[in-house]
Amino acid sequence: MIVATCVLAGLGLVAGLGLGLAAKFFAVEVDPRQEEIGDILPGANCGGCGYAGCSDFAKGVVEGKAAPDACPVGGAETAADIGRIMGITIEEKERSVALVLCQGDSTAAPTKFHYNGMTSCASAALVGGGDKLCGAGCLGLADCQMVCPFGAIEMTEGGIARVISERCTSCGKCVTACPKNIIQIVPASAPIHILCRNTDKGGVARKACTYACIGCKKCEKFTGDGSMVVTNALASTDYTNPPQDPAVIGECPNACIKELDLSKKAVQH
Amino acid sequence: MELILLVVSAIFVNNFVLMQFLGICPFLGVSKKLSTAVGMTGAVVFVMTMASVISWLVYHKLLVPNDLVFLKIIAFILIIATMVQFVELVLQKLSPKLYASLGIFLPLITTNCAVLGAATLNIQNEHTLAQATVFGAAGGLGFGLAILLFAGIREVLELADTPKAFKGTAIALVTAGILSMAFMGFTGLVK
Repeated sequence: MIVATCVLAGLGLVAGLGLGLAAKFFAVEVDPRQEEIGDILPGANCGGCGYAGCSDFAKGVVEGKAAPDACPVGGAETAADIGRIMGITIEEKERSVALVLCQGDSTAAPTKFHYNGMTSCASAALVGGGDKLCGAGCLGLADCQMVCPFGAIEMTEGGIARVISERCTSCGKCVTACPKNIIQIVPASAPIHILCRNTDKGGVARKACTYACIGCKKCEKFTGDGSMVVTNALASTDYTNPPQDPAVIGECPNACIKELDLSKKAVQH
Repeated sequence: MELILLVVSAIFVNNFVLMQFLGICPFLGVSKKLSTAVGMTGAVVFVMTMASVISWLVYHKLLVPNDLVFLKIIAFILIIATMVQFVELVLQKLSPKLYASLGIFLPLITTNCAVLGAATLNIQNEHTLAQATVFGAAGGLGFGLAILLFAGIREVLELADTPKAFKGTAIALVTAGILSMAFMGFTGLVK
């Protein structure tokens, strides 16, 4: 028993010493800034910046490949800290959040069949595009909620997803997870949003959901400045020049235009 | 002569991957590109040879005299893990590109059962030190042969018009099966 312990400990010691020496001998110089940046990053490894993880992003920044303000989670503060380490000033980037462009909950959007397969939007979407009559409706099986690393998506009572914008960091994971492509990253400062992605024409769209955009162009005419346009019988807002006047909401016959305050941000924990 | 037979046996007849089904994880994981497969082969050959030699020495000079044969597996794992760490350090220094392309599969050699398999088989088949060294190196080369063949096929497969249901891993697994059946043709070549 004692011999066994000693032998194994000895083996471990020799191996450890060998590795220690090897680590010294084959040491790789790492830019100290890389470690510093790695320390101040949120460490969520969400991949929202487009890199494999926070340390990979730190490496990219030091090598000049990644934009210092590309971390959507850390936002402006982290960007400023990175700028300080790298010795550059960062212009404040506008905060953006994810938004589910659907209001068709169980009271508004009828289903065309009873889906009883796996509890996953991706799998439901394979069966005739899902059970919602609307081809662009939220299936409500919470794929986006599952992938959200920040717990920023909840399912409403009516069974559709809703982004809790205070917690959202716009990492974009839900955008890729949604098989119906109805989650979009939008600037948090924009007040007016069109919460529909249905491209069917009037009657068909109206049957599919009471909140459907029927492409009536009332909003396009009302704004008149190109901030809202209708293409393929679907209105959309131009987020580079978002509409500001809430009066346009009253123009929409199906109430798919909403005024939302997405700019609040939760205190960093 | 005996050593040559051992080499042929380890590379073809008892190929670690295709006949004994050891080391399947890197076999599937790192075989998408021929160049990374070459790097992986180098790493595995090195680790396997070194692990065979050192584990043989530890077993016969340390464990057997002290009557500690039951520590075999844990000691071997320790040795293999150390070797892998060592290779990782060296690669990071000498070839950062290869280090990056091997990625997670380099530390995963630690749990590559082909390496532990080589070390254990050396003891089981009562190899001498020379035989153990040759067996380790040949086993690594056998692994390399399998993964290189497979990577070559997969690179071509990538361009082939595969039915949708078979794309990616599915067709890779089917290919691995056929490759394994091909290697069964060597059975009986060496006793």
